[in-house]
Amino acid sequence: MENFGYTVIVPFLLFISFLLIGLAGGKFKPALSGIAGTFSVLVCTVVSYITAFSYFSGAGLVNDVYQKIIPYNTEWMRFTDKLVINMGILLDPISVMMLVVISTVSLMVHIYSLGYMKGDSGYSRYFSFLSLFTFSMIGLVISTNIFQTYVFWELVGVSSYLLIGHYYQKPSAVSASKKAFVVTRFADLGFLLGILILSNITGTFDYSILTDPNGSALTQGSAISFMGLSVMTWALILVFMGCAGKSAMFPLHIWLPDAMEGPTPVSALIHAATMVVAGVFLVARLFPLYALSAPAALHLVGYVGAFTSLFAAIIACTQTDIKRILAFSTISQIGLMMLALGVSDFGGEKGLGYMASMFHLFNHAMFKALLFLCAGSVIHAVHSNEMNGMGGLRKFMPVTHITFLVACLAIAGIPPFSGFFSKDEILVAAYEKDFLLFIVSMIIAGLTAFYMFRLYFSVFWNKASDYKTAPHESPLNMAVPLMFLAFASLITGFIPFSKFVTADGKGFETHIHWGIALPAVGIALAGIFTAMVIYKKESDLPQRIKASLGSLYSLVYKKFYIDEIYIFITKKIIFNGISTPVAWFDRKVVDNTMNGIAAVTNFVSVKIKSFQSGQLQQYAYVMVSGMIIIILFVLYLWNK
Amino acid sequence: MIEGIQLEFFLILGTLVFFIGIYGFLTRKNLITMLMSAELILNAVNINFVAFNKYLYPENLEGQFFALFIIAIAATEVAVAVSIIISLYRRIKSIDVEKVNEMKY
Amino acid sequence: MELIIFYILVAGILISSVLTVTSRRILRAAVYLLFMLLGSAGLFFMLNFYFLAAVQLTVYAGGIIVLIIFSVMLTSQVNEKLEAAGIKKSLFSLIAVAAGTVVCISAILNYNFPAVSSAENDSSMRTIGLQLLSYKENGYALPFEVISILLLASMVGAIIIAKRDVSK
Repeated sequence: MENFGYTVIVPFLLFISFLLIGLAGGKFKPALSGIAGTFSVLVCTVVSYITAFSYFSGAGLVNDVYQKIIPYNTEWMRFTDKLVINMGILLDPISVMMLVVISTVSLMVHIYSLGYMKGDSGYSRYFSFLSLFTFSMIGLVISTNIFQTYVFWELVGVSSYLLIGHYYQKPSAVSASKKAFVVTRFADLGFLLGILILSNITGTFDYSILTDPNGSALTQGSAISFMGLSVMTWALILVFMGCAGKSAMFPLHIWLPDAMEGPTPVSALIHAATMVVAGVFLVARLFPLYALSAPAALHLVGYVGAFTSLFAAIIACTQTDIKRILAFSTISQIGLMMLALGVSDFGGEKGLGYMASMFHLFNHAMFKALLFLCAGSVIHAVHSNEMNGMGGLRKFMPVTHITFLVACLAIAGIPPFSGFFSKDEILVAAYEKDFLLFIVSMIIAGLTAFYMFRLYFSVFWNKASDYKTAPHESPLNMAVPLMFLAFASLITGFIPFSKFVTADGKGFETHIHWGIALPAVGIALAGIFTAMVIYKKESDLPQRIKASLGSLYSLVYKKFYIDEIYIFITKKIIFNGISTPVAWFDRKVVDNTMNGIAAVTNFVSVKIKSFQSGQLQQYAYVMVSGMIIIILFVLYLWNK
Repeated sequence: MIEGIQLEFFLILGTLVFFIGIYGFLTRKNLITMLMSAELILNAVNINFVAFNKYLYPENLEGQFFALFIIAIAATEVAVAVSIIISLYRRIKSIDVEKVNEMKY
Repeated sequence: MELIIFYILVAGILISSVLTVTSRRILRAAVYLLFMLLGSAGLFFMLNFYFLAAVQLTVYAGGIIVLIIFSVMLTSQVNEKLEAAGIKKSLFSLIAVAAGTVVCISAILNYNFPAVSSAENDSSMRTIGLQLLSYKENGYALPFEVISILLLASMVGAIIIAKRDVSK
């Protein structure tokens, strides 16, 4: 077995790059910090590719099973003999796959940002935070234990917060970053509780013990039950709560659309390709526990995923801000991944859903990053996020147009683009396990095709708006990542994923199930056709549809009023019901106690300050009296 | 040693002079008279030291030495005190102790 | 004879002490203090401590009293009568002083001092001088030097304090 010790370079180099750019970024020219960041990510990408190649080409294989390799593990904190937290690197199929995804998308985003962020006042800051994010995301996926995951999980949250708030002069960006942080933090509370319960019942943080399918960790905790479910199930549901926060599952999805206030490359990297799939990754990481020890929790994952996916897809059909459409599309696709995990079993061909989820994660990262970068390119050209103000851009921006079309076809699931393959696996997995979820995912497939092509036709076809300055194609360093990712979206579907990434490490063969694939493609084509009819030419059709749907439309347009419900709960119930009495208690009781103590001290000091009269003889008198009293006291003790 | 006179007699004399000095220190308003009272107190202590030396440890000289040192310290004390009094008098045109209360709260 | 002289000295000491603290004329108070110091010097003579008595006379009567009289001359009107203390103040002081006297005297009378009859040391000026400057056992060279430094320091300090403020 090969020693993968050199993978230490990846997080280490990124951390150095973060420190260097962050601390010294103001000293040298902005362009240099961008190049430094890009270069370090380039090195990491090369190392990741080498790692992936040697791992999958046989170095990780023992008896046809992909092993968990721990090239590096060190004790970080030792609290007691039993409570020890390690830091290390764990390589197994999903972490190696994530290494490739993260470094690729990060590299593309870095190159793209070199052009996109040019002239921005926070250029160095931006690149140092990008390095921080990439570092923490990679630290997250290569964690050897769940506590290390938690540490990097929070670091990822922080860097997301910092990057959403990049334009901190804008109040909406500030409140969006705050919202993202608070919502995910709230979810992480559940995650932390889940970790504590999990480690309490199994006595370890270590993934290699926790997720050993033959190990003792799986059976522990299932004996104790709480409110009808075993403790293990509760722990995993709490962990899933953290995953739902990070991956924007209903009802914790509200932060993701607002997070689009950040720079568009950041949305591509963090809020489309990598960070938001951390939840999916973590469920996959703990999959043996979910599948073998707590099937109820896994069902919950599947149904939450399905509901969120459908819900977000419906909302995406009505939005007009192009980044928000993509954001809801992201939520929907992640929901689909969760659904795929939810319909999976452990081991062999029954683990098809798991493999499909990872496959879709991989493909989705590529084409969703591409979509965001294209959207960034459009925004860069038009200086607006509003879809209504665009149209006819295909003449001005040919590269963006073609790559966007590729990405749309990929997400809609049209062969031979990558989305087709992974979506097909998901549909097959759902069909075999749960017919209801199968129907839901079919509907989602149709809706996805519709809203993506609605966006595509509205932006690139339709009637051209009157642009103040003619839109222009983006510079080369922005176009190259687009082309690379478009190319990736074309070919990644042909990777025999099931040979590499499976729940138990054993590869198996998959085939296209044309009985399911053909209806799915048909639905997608129907969606595309509908979008084409409504949006390709300028017409009053969209307005008529909107009018005929009436209040239903506005309900969806307002995202089912989820944000308003949150505001109602926080402002009306929590603020008025809890915070106001607490504030009253603080102001009246606590503060007044303190003020009372101060007032008493003041009063007493005013009263006794006359002792300090400056009259020498008064002092002398007190001294003599004290002396006499002391003498009396001493004599009394003496005679005793 | 004086025939027929006990040690206690000297000690009582010292005590009386000491407390007379304290009484003066507490009641006099003029700083110079307060200084004189302080001299009385020091002298009472001298009497005690000498009497102890004579009656309890006649083979030693320590009592006399302490008396000598006390006299020396009294001299320095008076010198410094008188200079303070003169400086004070220049400043506030008075040596009344009740008017010297600048160090109050 | 010796006893009579002793009692006279004691009476003189007590009376002039009381007059020192009660006299309303400041110069007279200084003179009563002088008498008190002379009386105690007489006591030292009677106890055969000649050197100590001589020091008492020269330093106290000769130096300190003159210094005090000088400061009186510098700061007050000689004929001016001193203000009497307030009745309340003198009453409280008297109570404290009386209590202290009673406590101390009762303590003295209740304590049994041992009767000692060892050989008396020769307290001539020669012995005193030798022991005062000896640095061997029972030598007082170090305190002697410390006292001399203290004297110097207080002399300098007194000059500095009493000097007219030049800066103004």
